[in-house]
Amino acid sequence: MNMTALPFDLQLLNTLAALLLLLSFAMLSQRRIVTLINLLAVQGALLCIATLLLAWRTGAGHLYLSAGLTLALKVIFLPWLLHRLIRKLGVYWDTEPLLNTTGTMLVGVLIVVFSFGLAQPISALASTATRNSIGIAVAVVLIAFLTMITRRKAMSQVVGFLSMENGLFFGAMSATYGMPMIVEFGVALDVLVAMLVLGVFFFQIREQFDSLDLQHLESLKEDQ
Amino acid sequence: MTQTLHSPLLLCLLLLTAWGIVGLAGLIRPASVAFAGRTLFPLGAVCGAAVAYVAATSLFAPAEQIVLSIGLPDLPVHLRLDSLSSAFLFLLGAAATGISIFAAGYFRRGEGTPPGLMCLQYHLFLASMGFVLLANDAYSFMLAWETMALSSYFLVTTQHRIPEIRSAGFLYLLIAHIGAIAILLSFGVMQGGSWQFTFDAMRAAQLDPAWATSAFLLALFGFGAKAGLVPMHVWLPEAHPAAPSPVSALMSGVMLKTALYGMLRVTFDLLGEPVWWWGLILLALGLFSALYGVIFAAAQTDMKRLLAYSSIENIGILFSGVGLAIVFAGTGMRIAASLALIAVLYHALNHAFMKSLLFLGTGAVLHATGERNLGRLGGLIHRMPWVAWLTLVGALAIAGLPPLNGFVSEWLLLQSFLFASEVPQAFVNMLLPLGAALLVLAAALAGYVMVKFFGVIFLGQPREAALQEAHDAGIAERAGLAWLAVGCVLLGLLPAQVIALLSRVIQPLGFSGLPLDDGSWWLLVPLPQRQISYAPLVFFAVILVVIVLTIAAVRFFYHQRVRRSDPWDCGFGRLNSRMQDTAEGFGQPIRHLFTPFFAMARELPSAFDPAPRYRVVIGDRIWRGLYLPLGRLVRRIADAVAWLQQGRISTYLLYSFVTLVTLLALML
Amino acid sequence: MTALFDWLAQILGILAAVLAAPLFLGWVNQCRAWLQNKSAPSILQPYRGIRKLFHKDAVIAANASQLFRLAPYMVFGAMVTAAAIIPSVATRLPFTQAADAIALVGLFATARVFVSLAAMDVGTAFGTLGARREMMIGFLAEPALLMIIFVASLISATTALPRISELLATQSLALYPSLAFTAVAFTMVLLAENARIPIDNPATHLELTMIHEALLLEYSARHLALMEWAAALKLFNYVCIGFALFVPWGLATSQAPLALALSSLFLGAKLVLAGAGIALIETVSAKLRVFRAPEFLATAFLFAVLGLLVRLLLGT
Repeated sequence: MNMTALPFDLQLLNTLAALLLLLSFAMLSQRRIVTLINLLAVQGALLCIATLLLAWRTGAGHLYLSAGLTLALKVIFLPWLLHRLIRKLGVYWDTEPLLNTTGTMLVGVLIVVFSFGLAQPISALASTATRNSIGIAVAVVLIAFLTMITRRKAMSQVVGFLSMENGLFFGAMSATYGMPMIVEFGVALDVLVAMLVLGVFFFQIREQFDSLDLQHLESLKEDQ
Repeated sequence: MTQTLHSPLLLCLLLLTAWGIVGLAGLIRPASVAFAGRTLFPLGAVCGAAVAYVAATSLFAPAEQIVLSIGLPDLPVHLRLDSLSSAFLFLLGAAATGISIFAAGYFRRGEGTPPGLMCLQYHLFLASMGFVLLANDAYSFMLAWETMALSSYFLVTTQHRIPEIRSAGFLYLLIAHIGAIAILLSFGVMQGGSWQFTFDAMRAAQLDPAWATSAFLLALFGFGAKAGLVPMHVWLPEAHPAAPSPVSALMSGVMLKTALYGMLRVTFDLLGEPVWWWGLILLALGLFSALYGVIFAAAQTDMKRLLAYSSIENIGILFSGVGLAIVFAGTGMRIAASLALIAVLYHALNHAFMKSLLFLGTGAVLHATGERNLGRLGGLIHRMPWVAWLTLVGALAIAGLPPLNGFVSEWLLLQSFLFASEVPQAFVNMLLPLGAALLVLAAALAGYVMVKFFGVIFLGQPREAALQEAHDAGIAERAGLAWLAVGCVLLGLLPAQVIALLSRVIQPLGFSGLPLDDGSWWLLVPLPQRQISYAPLVFFAVILVVIVLTIAAVRFFYHQRVRRSDPWDCGFGRLNSRMQDTAEGFGQPIRHLFTPFFAMARELPSAFDPAPRYRVVIGDRIWRGLYLPLGRLVRRIADAVAWLQQGRISTYLLYSFVTLVTLLALML
Repeated sequence: MTALFDWLAQILGILAAVLAAPLFLGWVNQCRAWLQNKSAPSILQPYRGIRKLFHKDAVIAANASQLFRLAPYMVFGAMVTAAAIIPSVATRLPFTQAADAIALVGLFATARVFVSLAAMDVGTAFGTLGARREMMIGFLAEPALLMIIFVASLISATTALPRISELLATQSLALYPSLAFTAVAFTMVLLAENARIPIDNPATHLELTMIHEALLLEYSARHLALMEWAAALKLFNYVCIGFALFVPWGLATSQAPLALALSSLFLGAKLVLAGAGIALIETVSAKLRVFRAPEFLATAFLFAVLGLLVRLLLGT
């Protein structure tokens, strides 16, 4: 019943946090790359809304800026870039994940439990009103990691990587009301550059192996 | 004499002795099936009913104890009857009544142990279980416990000419004894330096937490081995199918509950206040056992093995309930703990009825067909309507369907899981409710297992031609089955009454019971402040009324014409019984979904094989991963010790001499 | 006197649910046809089908047992009783004292077990296959549903369905993130349990993939009519459970005729939307292979468990 004690905007924030987690799980169980990218865009949009809400609540001006940054980068530009990449590369489906969906989801549930255990001491230290969602942020990061681990196609791994960045961003926001602007810009730039580099990489990988299946990279290791 | 009649404890003692005498009487004419069947087993059933009656009345009496100076000098036998013992005695008596009635018609002439001897073992088994429940000191408890193990061992190996049965019996005996050692050690810890092995001394002893924990863990190991908690469960699916069906029913329905009794007695009574995190161990083991048992049950093709695995599941549910109660009790949530304990006791009672009923049902099928393999059964509802319909009651009950009894206890347990989020320990209170997820998964799987069990045996077309000659069970067998089925129904329909009684049972464990709302007799309101209630009678009545009204309406507005015809065959025209789904097939989704649980070896035929053969062997990973290495280790140690055996008298004398000298040197 | 009135209102409510259920099914079918650019059957088509079946002579397999003939009544009875537990119009339901949400799940399980046993009774390949598949779906859908209810119960500290709805409806401006997870899980369970795409296609008799139709293959005439009616009622019940848990607004908390009328209107509006929603999901998704069904349902179950976790971890 402690829910009723919270003001409405915080409830909304918590709900957004839960939806972020929900989307992470949706990404974990999704095998169509197109849908995966759409989910990523939705996740970015939620993140944007959450940032705006927090900005409005705390009155911190720099949060408006980072909300705008999120919108531009994670909701519009990167998904567009990825969609374009897909069209060019012609990968629409990931192959069977390394672990079946049920198993992956089960591990995901365990990860949620683990991250909340992990986040408990941090939450206790944090003074922000959003400290409850730190656990969710950690979970989003780890689940994105899991998404990357269980996929074969480079494309889905990039999506996982971006989702991980979302989680980190959200975590920073819940723990300290966002990172200093300079750091945030730096991270955004990093992501952008990473995306571009990876985009170039994809073409190189495909040229080399005629496929984006990362299993082929195994053949690059030196033979004993 | 009048004093005897007023003392439930003495009455119980008398009745248990009567069981012993009935058993001994079997030796008068050891080879006569008729004497044992028509006279002794019915007498045993009467004793059972009497035990149940006395136990039920003694629920209202205060606890009483006596000291009998029999046996070794200075080691008198302490006996005590409190409401916890009464509850389990009631379970024993009520289940034994039905099983004995069934057994009166069950045993036939055949190879194996002669009926008279079997009668002795059977009744000794019953009496020893009774004494386990009455014992009030470690010596008599262990004596009764070991008698129980031994008599059931002999019963398991009734068909001792079959090597598999001998090895099943050996495994059972081995694990039973390892467990017994752990229990003995646990008692040794619990006496707490007083060297008094009465339970009263143990209650009074003040143990420091480390010792209390070790006593608890030893008891958990010992009683867990007896109960068949994973990973000590391996004997159960071997021994239960090997035993004759009434014995399987007793072992599964009653004997496993004595282990539960021991666990409750040690944790809540002898050790006093349990530590909350003990409960987590029990909860984890219990939930794992529940899931493990039911998953394996779904994959079985032998009907008795299937039931044995289902017993592991139910034991898991029981122990997880105990674990939950410990967590609640250890954190001061008395009401929630009471609810969980009542759920456990209720489920124990339910399981005694349901599982006995099902085992007896398989016994009747086994007699009628000579088959235990699900792949050779089918369609028996036409040939054995009595057995089929009565077994259906048990199957629906164990699947946890309302308004039968299995549902009530699962309902209670789920309600107590709802309290778990209020446990004060941070993080733990978040994880505990997840246990409910596993519990409901196991319960739903139980439904799957029971549809498979009932459907493959009784429904469909007979898979073998010989099944057409199957005969329904005799009068005595039907009566035994009916007794248990009625028990299932009553326990399901009158939960408010049963819970009012069980509220008394948990008093010796230090709980005051539930704040029951006694407003109306047909309505169960376990926790008035939660606004939850359950009224199976109304529930059942509504379903019945709807069914009757529907039938009447259909008849009134339309017609009741029926035409019989061949089943629809898609124009194929050559449907036969081999085209039905098999037991293996029915288990396939479970095998597929829970592959990591199984150690599977499959033999698939090629498409061009003229005599195709499909074989799948489902092994237990725990058996291969834990027991076989352990067995090899023991063998290696035994080989290493074997060089001591030289075969020369003088060497052995030397051993004795060295031992003697060493001891003397140490003593002086 | 009020008690009598309560019971009367309850019985009327049940009758209304029983009679309206095929209408809802008709609506879903109609929407589906529209969305798929087909000309839609009349919304009354399910009634016509049921009526036609009742008039026919029942043909029963020669080796069918009594269980086979009992099952349709049992299933129908279970579904009608379930309708009595679910607060679809009013929350003052005297019968819900007798059975709470857990009993409701038990009731669905009972119906499922009887359908499956009846399907196994004749002993044809399809019947047993259908029974196996039905139980396969059931053993995951049932715990998922129970977990969904469990989350709502943790929020409201009771398992009585009307109390849950009342509490959720009256708490102004309270958001429950956990319910987002359970709503996803519930939608998945609803589709699977009612033999809709992506688990089963109610419109075909494609032998290799069918579940619901395989179970009913041996039934004809009045038995089939009851089974079909029970299936329609089951869909109706599930949708109403969804309303009770996730959109409980508009339920009448008293038995005043005006309140009941208003709440019926609300229910009608919700049903229209929900029917269209189901039709939309069925149209845009492809049917899964049967082997994928457990994965789908395990996902639903895990989503429900996640809802539980979020509820406990966020304290919301």
